Formats: sequence, C-alpha cells, structure tokens
Amino acid sequence: MSTAPVIRPRDEEKAERFRKVWDSPRGIDGIIREINNIPVAHRYMASAFSFFLAAGLLALVMRTQLARPGSAVVDPETYNQLFTMHGTTMMFLFVIPFTEAVATYMLPLMLGTRDLPFPRLTALSLWTFIFGGLFIFSSFLFGAAPNGGWFAYVPLTNIEYSPGINMDFWDIGLSVAEIAAMGAAAEIMISVLRMRAPGMALHRIPMFAWAMLIVAVMIVFAFTPLIVGTLMLELDRKGLTAFFKPEAGGEPLLWQHLFWVFGHPEVYIMFIPAVGIVTHVVQAFARRPIVSYTLVVLALLATGFISFGLWVHHMFTTGLSPVAMGLFVAASFLIAIPNGIQVFSWIATLWTGRPVWRTPLLFVVGFIIIFVAGGLTGVMVGAMPFDAQVHDTYFVVAHFHYVLIGGVVFPLFAGLYYWLPKITGRLLDERLGKWNFWLMFISFNVAFFPMHVSGLLGMPRRVYTYPEELGVGSLNMVSTIGAYGFALGVALFLVNVVVSFWRGRPAGANPWDADTLEWSETSPPPNAQFERIPVVRSRHPMWEQDSLGPVDARTRKLLEPLDTAPTGWRGALVVSVLDGRPLALVHVPSPTIWPFVMSIGFVVLLAGALLDSLITLGVGAAITAVSTVGWFWPAKTERLAIEEIGTAAEADRLPLAVAGPLANGAWGTAVLIVVLLTALVTFITSYFYLGNGPFGWPPTAPDLRLPAIATVLAAAVAGAGFGLLRAARRVERKGARRLWTAAAMLLSATFTALSMVAYLGMSVSPSSSAYASALVGLLGFQWSVMVMVFVMMGVGAAWAWAAPRDPRGHGVAFNAALVALFSAASWAAVFVTLYVTPRLW
Amino acid sequence: MSWRRVNGGWGKVARLRAPVPAPLALLAACDGPQSVLAPAGPAAGRLTDLSWVLFIMGALVLALVAALLLYALFRRQRSPFPPTPEGDRRSTRWIVIGGVVFPGVVLSVLFLHVLQVERAAGRPADDPDLTIEVIGNQWWWGVRYLSREAHRVFETANEIHIPVGRPVRVRLVSRDVIHSFWVPRLQGKRDLIPGRVNETWIQADAPGVYRGQCAEYCGLQHANMALLVIAQPPAEFEAWYAQQLRPAAPPADSTARRGQAVFLESGCALCHAIRGTRAGGELGPDLTHLASRRTLAAGALPNTRGHLAGWIADPQTLKPGNLMPAVPLDAADLQALLRYLETLR
Repeated sequence: MSTAPVIRPRDEEKAERFRKVWDSPRGIDGIIREINNIPVAHRYMASAFSFFLAAGLLALVMRTQLARPGSAVVDPETYNQLFTMHGTTMMFLFVIPFTEAVATYMLPLMLGTRDLPFPRLTALSLWTFIFGGLFIFSSFLFGAAPNGGWFAYVPLTNIEYSPGINMDFWDIGLSVAEIAAMGAAAEIMISVLRMRAPGMALHRIPMFAWAMLIVAVMIVFAFTPLIVGTLMLELDRKGLTAFFKPEAGGEPLLWQHLFWVFGHPEVYIMFIPAVGIVTHVVQAFARRPIVSYTLVVLALLATGFISFGLWVHHMFTTGLSPVAMGLFVAASFLIAIPNGIQVFSWIATLWTGRPVWRTPLLFVVGFIIIFVAGGLTGVMVGAMPFDAQVHDTYFVVAHFHYVLIGGVVFPLFAGLYYWLPKITGRLLDERLGKWNFWLMFISFNVAFFPMHVSGLLGMPRRVYTYPEELGVGSLNMVSTIGAYGFALGVALFLVNVVVSFWRGRPAGANPWDADTLEWSETSPPPNAQFERIPVVRSRHPMWEQDSLGPVDARTRKLLEPLDTAPTGWRGALVVSVLDGRPLALVHVPSPTIWPFVMSIGFVVLLAGALLDSLITLGVGAAITAVSTVGWFWPAKTERLAIEEIGTAAEADRLPLAVAGPLANGAWGTAVLIVVLLTALVTFITSYFYLGNGPFGWPPTAPDLRLPAIATVLAAAVAGAGFGLLRAARRVERKGARRLWTAAAMLLSATFTALSMVAYLGMSVSPSSSAYASALVGLLGFQWSVMVMVFVMMGVGAAWAWAAPRDPRGHGVAFNAALVALFSAASWAAVFVTLYVTPRLW
Repeated sequence: MSWRRVNGGWGKVARLRAPVPAPLALLAACDGPQSVLAPAGPAAGRLTDLSWVLFIMGALVLALVAALLLYALFRRQRSPFPPTPEGDRRSTRWIVIGGVVFPGVVLSVLFLHVLQVERAAGRPADDPDLTIEVIGNQWWWGVRYLSREAHRVFETANEIHIPVGRPVRVRLVSRDVIHSFWVPRLQGKRDLIPGRVNETWIQADAPGVYRGQCAEYCGLQHANMALLVIAQPPAEFEAWYAQQLRPAAPPADSTARRGQAVFLESGCALCHAIRGTRAGGELGPDLTHLASRRTLAAGALPNTRGHLAGWIADPQTLKPGNLMPAVPLDAADLQALLRYLETLR
C-alpha cells in the first residue's frame, strides 16, 4: 500500500492565476459573498455545533429539574419549552445540518472534484440555516419558545389550544431546516451522481458518498410530506383551513401520518451518514478495505427503502386496525437485518485487519456497542404489545438516545477526530481524545441506561415533575449525574480542538495513511482542492494506485483543459453516472452576494408570516424576487467559459455543459420535479384520507364544465412543452422558441385564472370544512406549479428575444419545458381526484 | 417478583432466569405503583412476560455482539495480512450468517410470539358486561359508567372502580386534545383522540389501587394528570356503584346549607355538576360524590380538608395553568363550602 504521489504543476505562473480564481473573496463583503464549499462548510459546521451545545445546555436544565421528585427549578411552561426546543434543535439544527456540513466539506474532496454542483445553493442553505436557527431561538427572548413537543401533535398545537405564537415560531422556523435540507439534498445527489473523478464508477465511490446519496434521495421523499404537513398546520393555525380540526371533519391523525412518514425516515437520514463515516474509520484503522463493500451498500439501500415503511410504529397506541399494525411490526423487525449486516461487516473487517488504537476507532467501538443496544430496544418497541407499555415513557427516551447519541453523535465524533486534522491541518491530542471518549462513553450509559428502568416503573416522558411515590427518584438522580458527566466530555472535546489549533502537531496530507482521495490533498486543502483532476482506478486509490494521474493518452488529453485551469473562471468536470466517464466541463459560479440577500428575504418572509403582517411579507417577497433576478442574471464568467470551451463535443475535447440533459441545471430541475411529485402525492393521499372520515364527501360532486376546459388548456401547456423541447435542441430555431414560450405563458396564466374562477364558483369555505381545505390544498398546489411554469417560460422567452444564440437560453427553455410537462401531468391527477372520483362512487 | 399470574411457559422461563443477571435483578427489585414489571391483571401479565422475553433476548444478543467485537479487536492470532479474496469470501459468509440468517430466524419466531401476545392481550377471554367511558380533558379524566338503562348511567372523575376478576370494557374519547389512558399494572396504553372512539379493556386479579397517568403529552399540566383504578370485591363494588348512582344528599346542617349556597352562587356551578342540585356545569369534574374520592385535581393532591381548602383558594399555585380559577371567598364562606363538599360522599 503505497501513497500515491501528487503531481505538482509545471507552469507556476498559470497555477498562480488558477488558485486566484478559486480564492475566497476579499474585503468586508467577502464574508457574505463566499460560496466555495470549504469556507462555507467551516461556518456550517461551527454554527451547527453551536446549536448542539445550546440544545445540550437546555437538556442540562431539564435534568436538573428532574433530579428530584417535585422540584421547582423551572416552571412547567419553561420545562415544556425546554424539551420542545431540545428535540427540535438536535434534530433540525444540529444533526441534519452538521451532517450536511461535513458532506459539503468532504464530498468534493472524496469524489475528486472542486466544488459542489450548486455553490450558491450551498451558501443559501448556510445563511438560511443560521438566520432561521436564530429566528427560532429568538423566541426565548419573548418567552414564547415552542412548547408543543418536537412532533407537535394536533389539536394541542392548533390555535385553540396553543394560542400564543410559540408554535408559529416552530412551524414557520422549521421551513428553514426544510429549505436547507432540500437544497443540500439536490446538491449532494447531483454531486455524487455526476461530479466525480474520472474512473470513479459507481462500484468505486467511497461509502460516505453512497450514504449521502441515499440520504439525499430519502430527504426528498421524507421532507416533502413534512413541508406539506407544516404548511397545513400553519394554515389551520391562521384559521384559513381545517385539515386537522375534528369538528370540521378534519383528522388529527392525518398530522401524525404526515409527520411520521417524515419522522421515521428522518431517523435513518441521521443514521445512514454515520454508517458511511464509521466504514471509513474502520477501514483506515483496521488497515484494510471493508469486507463486502457490496453487501454494505445493499444494506444501506435496503435501510433507506424499508425506513419508509415503519412510520406507523410511532402510532401503535392510536388504535388502528390490527392487521395494519402487524405489517408494521414485521417491517420494524425487518430493518434489523440490514443493520445487522453493517455491524457484522465492521466486526469482520476488524477481525481480519490489523486494528490500530486511535481515538476515532475508540469512538467507533463505543458506537457499535451503544448502537446495538439501541437497536435491540428498537426491536422491543417495534413489538406492538410491548410498545403499548413503554410508548411515550422514559424507556423510549432511553431507546432513542441510545440510537441517536450512540448511532449518530459517537460516529460524528469519530468522524471529527478522523477528519479534523484534514480540516485544520493539526492533529488532535490522543491522550485528551481517549479521556474524552471514556468520559462520554461511561457517562452516556450512566445517564441513559437508568431511563429504561424509570420508564418501566411508569415514568412518562415530557413530564416536568413526578411524584415521589413513583419510586424513580434515585434513578433520575443518577441520570442527571450522567448528563453532567457527558457535558464534561463534550467540553473536553472543545478543549482538545482549541488546544490543537495552537499546539497540535501538523497533520500532513495523510496522517492515518488512509485510502480515499481527500487524503491526497494538503491539510487544510486549498479552495480549488485539486489542481489536477485525479484519475481513479480503484476503490482505495491511496492504497492501490501508484499515481493519481491519467494513464492513457486520451484521458490525459480530455483532462488537459482542467490542469491548473481554467484560469479565468471556476471549472470542474462532470462524468457519466454509472462508469465515471468524463462527459463535459461545467462552469462553477463565482462569489456572489445574492444567496445572502435571498436568505435575508426568507427571514423577512418568516417574520411576516409569524406576525401576520402583510407589509413585512411584501418586503420579504420583494427582497426574494430581487435576489432571484440577481442570482439568475447571466454571469460574465459563464460567458467566458462558453467562449473558451464551446458547447460542441469533439473526439478528444470535452464540451462545456450548459443546456439540456448534460447540464447540472437540468438535473436540478429533475430533482425539483420529484419534489413536486411527492408533494402532489401527499396532497392527494391527504384528500382521500380525510374523505374517509365520518363526514364523507364531497357533499355534491363539483361542477365539471370549467375544469374540463382547464384540462384542455393544461393539455395545450403540455403541447407547448413538447414543442419547446424540440426547439431547445437547435440554436438556430429561435422563432419556435419564442412561439412556444409565449404560448406556454399565455396558456398557464389562462389555466390558472379559469381554475380559480371554477373554485370560487363552488363557494366552499376551507376554514370550516376539511373537504374544502383538501380541495383548496390540491388546487393551490396546481396553481403554484402553473405560476412556476409561467415564470420559467417568461425567463425562457426573455432569453429567446434578447440573446437567441446564447446556449444558456436553451438551458432555461429546456428546464421550463420539463416543468410544463409535469404541470400537465399533475393537473391530470388533480382533475381525476377532485372531479372524476366523486362521480365514480 | 410480585405479579400474581403467569401466563404460559415464557413466564416460567422469565421467573427462573430473571434474578440471575445483574441488570435483570435490578429490574426485578422494582415494584412501584405504575410498574410495568408488577402486573396485576391478565393483559398486563401477558405484556410483562413478553417484556422479559425481549429483555433476555436483547441481553444475550448484545453480549454476543460485544464479545465478537472485543475478540475481533484483541485476539492474538491474526488472519493473514493483507487479506486474501479467499478469506474475504469466508468473512462474507459469516456476515450473512450473523447479519441475515441469525436475526431472520430469531425475529421470525419473535414475530409469531408477538402476534400471539397481541391477540391475548388485545381482548378479554369473556365479553365484559361493564363498560366505562373515559373522557380526556386538559388535565383530568371524566369517567362515565355506561348502561343500557339510562337511570344506571352516572359520571365521576379521576377514579375508576372495577370489580375484581371481571373484564371491563373502556371506551376512550377526548373533549380537547389527544391524551393516552395508561394504567401500567393492568393494561398497555391506548390514546384518546378527538373525533374518534377508541376501546380497550382492563381487569384486575386482586383488590387494590392501581395508579395510572396520561401518557401522551397534552399541554402544560400533562405531568399532573393521573387517575386511580380501584379494584374491589364484587359486593363492595356493587355498594360503591349503588352509592354513586344516588344524587347528592341534601345538606344536613346550616353550615352545609350555606356551603351549598356558596357553591351555587360563587361560580363553582358554572363548571361543576352536583346531581340533585341546580349545579350542572360540564367543564370541570362532576362533584356529586367528591368526598368519596381519594385524590383531588387528577391525582395532584390527596383529598383532605386542608388540601381541598388550598385547592379552592389557590388552584394556580398547586397546579399552575389548570383551568380552575381562584375563587375569592371569605373565610366563613370557604369553611361552609368545605363543610358542604365534605358531605358529598
């Protein structure tokens, strides 16, 4: 196993210009213009970790209150705010953003590319996350922190029983996590699928990249129902709809379904990246490749898939049909199998390797033991009759802290000890690291093991106090002591990090002699990361390749435009999904202020929604609109790239991917369409779920005439979409592009107006009828999609008139056409649901 | 171990082995008013037996995995290194055995057992002839004894009396938010969901007082929403039932009469009902036989004169945020009211 030599550039002057292109922007505004994945990831990690510390402090206050029966350290209202914010922060402001931050930093390095596909989206996610997190925490200043629990069950969280703005902070603030997570998902998916080193076929990508790819797909399918659900909740709270109000035919259980269809995959969205990290640590410190890479990848895929079939096990006590319950018990047991495969793979790898005792490995060993324990209690709570006893007790609290701290926090610490030397260039102290581990491991178990027993003794979760007669006083005291010990362990970690900044030994490029590409770069790596694109011929390039350079002449020729180049703009490579064949160069945006401005617009929008202030909402919308225009305004560097590289492929020359299926933009549009499709399915399912209730609906089948005309218009929108797809292929067909974009704008606008008139003609009242709410939910979705078509077509038309020869206009037209086709398909589904099915039975 | 009834063979296994491993012995020592491990009825007994099966299986698997892991890390004799494809194939075989075959077999058997337990605990052997409706409120339990004959229906609160040895059907409804009915020594929990009717059943095999508590977070005073199930020998139960059916006795002395007047005129009657008087409020617990109950404010306080006085004078300190307002009464009125309430046996 030799370390591959890194080839140094020859032309130093060119290399200098190349580095300069990638340098962080200077000046005061440089801070907010930064979009490169490395500096953005620094901030992302630091802010997410701060939220971890904040949520941990909240937990310490709770543990202090619970140390003795009947104590009054905090009042019940404060206590309820503490546990709501603890859970919400840990889930939405720590684990997911922190994992995304690590991925933002590591993925391009591990995959052998220079940035993520949409750096502006990275920056937008960061700023939105920071402002949104502060927005939620600002509720403490008003004494109005969310208090309805992190899963916010209705009717408790509806306006009738939570009249304050506490839950609005939660509901509206959560959109932050949603925006950031969705952005990261699109980014990660396309990054792993397309932006890899040449030769890195699917069977060679690092496990962490596999894990993040699967997680990204899961986020799309899981977060969309959450977005729909929180939107419904907020509309209900504003008194506009009645989705969850039983007195109007709404269903409190619909919220539980929507929440847990997100919430259970969420557990695995947090856990799967940990599997990736652990696999890398095991490989590096067992000094050998993981045994059975393929099985582990399949296990990850299976975990992701099965995790969508488990949500009802959070609802075992709601009294659903026993047959359905049996199925969900089976699914809950089934997921133990892929997890078993992973655990045994790590054990087999350590068994047949040469384990080296370093802190990262220590954390992995702690992780395996705690996680297996948590997994076993998971099987227990998956057994429905047992769950009937321990559901919503401290047994469950113990269980999910074993899974989340054991299964996520320990691997993240392993990852930090493993990767921080890469990030800071300094090694952490081993002795402090070992103390850190043992303190965290022991006090974790001291804190959380007794909670199993408290739960079995009858202590429900979310109680601000408990009577002495329950007999759980001493157990709680022990838990509290453990919690403080754990906090001390985390503090020790911080000490270690700070000390290493000053006194840590320089890490060098590959301190662990590890196997993946990130270890071929300097520590810390430069913004551009790879001056020359590495070529991969192995799953473990640093162990098995003599050189990271191309071996054949053709690849060398193809990659030449990327050797310490381009020097006038930021360029990277896209490869084919399956075999990692170089396909094209892509232009990566340069620093810009607009993501920051847009995030300000979002925060103003949030505040407007919170305060019911139309003026604030208007200001927020205006800022967002302006920043959208600024964002999509044609960039000079991209023009430069088009002129330098050209969009036509030649035998030994890669084109620049600007328009059509080759461009990352089209892939991003595809992800958007999957998101929209998931939202559509969520709305339709909710419609039928609500319709199943005792009210039965619709009262009368809605009139068909106008919707039928709207259907003809939607079909015409689809026609325009098809025409545009054909026209977008050819640069010279500007006439056709002008025609089809204009037609699609007209048609989508007419459709929306007509469909709105049809809705108003029904004179239903969504605020007092769940039927009308479900109806307007579906129609509102359709109208939003049509507005999106209108706007995208507008941009396409602008390009077709202003710069008909610019290939970027073709890209816009192509993407707009895809959304137009979706809009017609979506209307077909909405039409059948709303207007046809009532006539069938 | 204190549970009285053990169902089937698993219970025997559990009883034999439980005291042996240390953590299990710790659990076995745990006997509390709400302990899952101290069942007092057939349904809870089944669930406890299942719990022990799960705990023992879990402990064994955890021990096995930990042992394998530690052995993998510390074994002296290492495999050939660097690893050979032949060796990796062998390892993969072990991964499949350990990660697929072993859990597959164990979990399939467990699944069948779980279904069996679910069937047994899910419904009683005999059809119950007593049905009680439990009504969830923020933050107390309404309890209504149902009957086909309207004159045999009555309402009480926060305390359920049942005859020993007989299954009782419990209908669960909610008047505001979601609550969960949970008396761990008798039965697993079941939610009370507005707009729905859920059902469960309980049965106690020995006379006694079984504490229960709301198990779904329901707002500010979720922690103080307890109830008592009191299992009585049939004759005692019948006597209680007959007494509860009666309207409140008219006040016997002048202080009590004054107390009744205070009750009816100071706003108490807007929220509370006392059968046999004009008081017909439905927002708070029915107080017809308040004095016969053991606790006040859904288990927050013992039902003594002192606590009752404190509760009426200042309910917001004792259970902050509960929906009962402080009633400003002068000392004489308060004493009279207490006297009256004490007569509501």
